[in-house]
Amino acid sequence: MSGFLNWLGGLPPLAQIPIVVIAFAAVVALLLFFVDIAPRKGTLYTVIRLAFCVLVPVIVVLFFGSFLWAAAVAAVLGGVLFLLDYRSKKGVGYLVQLVGFLAPAFLLLLIGLILPTINTTIAAFMSASGKNFVGLNNFIWLFTQPSAIRTVVNTIIWVLLVPALSTAFGLAYAVFIDKSRGEKYFKILVFMPMAISFVGASIIWRFIYAYREADATQIGLLNQIVVWFGGTPVQWLQNEPWNTLFLIVVLIWVQTGFAMVVLSAAIKGVPTEQIEAAELDGTNGWQRFTNVIVPGIRSSLVVVVTTISIASLKVFDIVRTMTAGNNGTSVIANEMYTQFKNFENGRSAAFAVILFILVLPIVIYNARQIKKQREIR
Amino acid sequence: MSFIRTRRTALPLAVLAVAGVALTACSGGSGSSGGGDDDKTVTIYGTIADTEAELLEQSWADFEKESGITIKYESSKEFESQIGIRAQGGNPPDLAIFPQPGLLADLAKRDYLKPAPEGVTANVEKYWSKDWARYGTVNDTLYGAPLMASVKGLIWYQPSKFAEWGVEVPKTWDELLAVTKTIQEKTGAAPWCAGFGSGDASGWPGTDWIEDLVLRQQGPDVYDDWVANKVKFTDPKIKEAFDSAGEILKNPEYVNASFGDVTSINSTEFGDVAPALASGACALHHQASFFSGFLEDAGATVAPDGDVWAFVTPGIEEGETAVTGGGEIVGAFSDDESTVKVQEYLSSAEWANSRVKLGGVISANNGLDPANASTPILSQAIEILQDEKTTFRFDASDLMPGAVGAGTFWKGLVNWINGDETDQVLKDIEAGWPSAE
Repeated sequence: MSGFLNWLGGLPPLAQIPIVVIAFAAVVALLLFFVDIAPRKGTLYTVIRLAFCVLVPVIVVLFFGSFLWAAAVAAVLGGVLFLLDYRSKKGVGYLVQLVGFLAPAFLLLLIGLILPTINTTIAAFMSASGKNFVGLNNFIWLFTQPSAIRTVVNTIIWVLLVPALSTAFGLAYAVFIDKSRGEKYFKILVFMPMAISFVGASIIWRFIYAYREADATQIGLLNQIVVWFGGTPVQWLQNEPWNTLFLIVVLIWVQTGFAMVVLSAAIKGVPTEQIEAAELDGTNGWQRFTNVIVPGIRSSLVVVVTTISIASLKVFDIVRTMTAGNNGTSVIANEMYTQFKNFENGRSAAFAVILFILVLPIVIYNARQIKKQREIR
Repeated sequence: MSFIRTRRTALPLAVLAVAGVALTACSGGSGSSGGGDDDKTVTIYGTIADTEAELLEQSWADFEKESGITIKYESSKEFESQIGIRAQGGNPPDLAIFPQPGLLADLAKRDYLKPAPEGVTANVEKYWSKDWARYGTVNDTLYGAPLMASVKGLIWYQPSKFAEWGVEVPKTWDELLAVTKTIQEKTGAAPWCAGFGSGDASGWPGTDWIEDLVLRQQGPDVYDDWVANKVKFTDPKIKEAFDSAGEILKNPEYVNASFGDVTSINSTEFGDVAPALASGACALHHQASFFSGFLEDAGATVAPDGDVWAFVTPGIEEGETAVTGGGEIVGAFSDDESTVKVQEYLSSAEWANSRVKLGGVISANNGLDPANASTPILSQAIEILQDEKTTFRFDASDLMPGAVGAGTFWKGLVNWINGDETDQVLKDIEAGWPSAE
C-alpha cells in the first residue's frame, strides 16, 4: 500500500488525479459487487464467494506482507459469509443473523464514538500527561482565563448568528426564486460556495479582507471599494469585536446554499391545494408564506437550523486559516487544537467536553423532532 | 420476503468490508514508518521553505548519491503546531529540524524522540561548544545536534541615508531612541517598520525585541531564570522590557513606516518589510541575520557601503556586547539505519561546509571554514559568535516550552500590539506555562 502511494506521489499531479479516481471507483465497485452477491443462492455464487475468501487474504499477503493480518482477514471474511449464509425464517438463526449484522456497526460506534467520548471526559479531569487526577483544575483554569472565556463567548456568538442568518437568507432566496425563470441557474449561483472547502473559502475571503495602507495599491476587494468611495482602508480582521462578525460572514456564505437547496425542495413539497385554498380565502403573499408555507416546511427548517448550528459550533478551519485565533477571534475547536498541540491534553479535553455539552442539546432536540414526525406518520 | 431480507443484509456487510479495508490499510501505513524496516528513504520535516529549502536539498545532494539514501524534505510554516500533532497522531517524519529547542524538549520528555546515535554524540563533542550541545540535551540525554545558526537582534538601516540625515550608528539604547527622534523630525515620517505576521506563528518577530531588551537591561542571569520560569512574565523586570520596546513599537510617530498605524504591524508579513527597507520607505528595522537573504531578494546589496547594513541592538551602557541568537536542532523519530546515517551526516563539519558554501547562512559548527561565508553580514555574524567577549544567549522563546514559546508569548505580542494592557498581556502569557504533569 505504501509502495503504491509512494509510486503515486512521484507522478505528475495531473496524472495522479485519474489514477486515484479509478482506484477509488474500482474498490467501491468491487465492494458493491461482493455485497450484492454475498447472500445469493446458487453454485455460481458459492464459487465466487469461495474465490473471494481465498483471493482477499492472498492480496493482503502480497500487499502488506503480513500472514497474521491475512489470517485475521480470512477469518473475519469466512465468519461473515457463513453468518450471511446461515439463513433461517425465524427463531435462533434469525437472532444470530441480527446480532451478526448489528455487531460491526455497534463495534464501530463503540470504537469511534463511545470510547473516545469516555476517554476524553476522563482526560478532562487528568493532568497534561494523563497520569494524575487533578479534579476540576482544567475547568477552573479554563473559566479563569479571559482568553478562554472569550473563546466560549465567541463560539456562542457563532452559533447564534450563523444558523439564524443562513437559514433566513436561504429561505428568502428559495421563496423569491421559486418557480421563476432560470431558477436552476439562480440556485447554482448560491449553492456553489458549498462545493468549496472551508479552508479554500477562508483563503478567498482573506484576500477580500486584505489590508494595505491608504496610498498603496489595494489588493483586497473590500478595501478597494472603500477607497473608491473615498474612505480609508479598514483592517477588517484586526478590530475587535467586529472581526468575529467578518469571519462569521464566511460561514454564512458557505451555508446559505445548503439551507436554500433543502428549503427550496421543501417548499415544492407544500401541497398546491393548500396554497390555492389560502389564495381563495383572500390571503396576501405574506400571509400565505407565514401561515401555509412555513408550517408546511417546519420539519425541513428544524433539520437545516440544527445542522448549521452543529457546523458553527464545530467551526475551526475558518478561524485557523484567517486569523489563527488571534485578535480575539478564537473559538472552542481552535483552542482545543492549540492546547492539544502544546501537549496540554487535559485542558484540550476540557474544551472538548464543553463543546460536547454545547452540542448535546441541539442533537437531542433534533432527534426528538425526527421521532415526533415518525409518530405522526 | 426472503429476498428482501437478504438485500437488507447488504449494508452491515458493506460496513464491515469497508472497516476491514480501512484496518488493513492502517496496518500497512504504520508498519512502514516504524523503526524496523529500512527502505533507504529518510523523510525530513522542518520550517525552512522556498529558496532556503532548495539550498538545503542541494547541500545534501552529493551525500544522497554516495550513500544511495533518498532524502525527502518537506517544509511547513505551521511546523510548530504540526509536529506535535503528527507525533501524537503516530505519523511523524524520520527527522525533524526543530527551530526551537523547547519544542524538541517537549517531544523528548514524552518519549517521542530517539536519543542521538553514537555518531551524532561524537560529532557534537567534537564540533560544538558546550552551550550549543546543551540546546539539544534534555535531562542529560543528547537528542540531536545543532544545524545552522543565526544572530538575532540586528538593526537594519541604510548607511547612505544615515549620512544624509547626519546621524551615526547608536552605541546605547538611549542613543537609539535619540536617533529615532532625529530621523522622525527630519523626515516627518515614521522611521521604524515592523511586521509580526507569519500565519500560525504570528507574533514571533516581537518576541525577539523583548528578549533583546531583557538580556540587555537585566543581564544574562535574569535571562536564564526567565527562560526557566523562575522569573515570571508578570515580574516588573520583564514588564520593563515591554515598556522599553513599546517606546518604539507602540508609538504611532515611530511605526509603522509605509504600512499604516501601530496595529498594521500585525497585518504585515515579516518578510514584506524587506522591499520597504530596500526602497528606503523605512529607515530602521529589527530582525535576525537571516534577513539579508530577504533583502537581497528585494534587490538590495547588503554591505557596510551598500544599500542596507546592520548593527547589533545597542546595550544600555556603551561597550556591552550581549546578543541573542537562534539555530536549529535535528531530532529523530526513527532509528533505522538510513535515518541514523543522515542524522550523523547533518551533524558533521562536512555538511556545515557544504551548506554554508551555498550562501545565506552560517553554522556554529567548529569545523566550519570561515572563508566559506558568502557575505559581509555573515562574516560579521560569525565574528560575533566566535568573539569571546560576546555574551551569547539562545532565543528565549525558542527555549521555553512550546505552549509558551510558540504559543502564548507569540499571541501575547499580537494582542499587545493590538492595544491590550501590558499587565493583562503578561498575565495571559504567564498563564500559558504548562500545567503540572
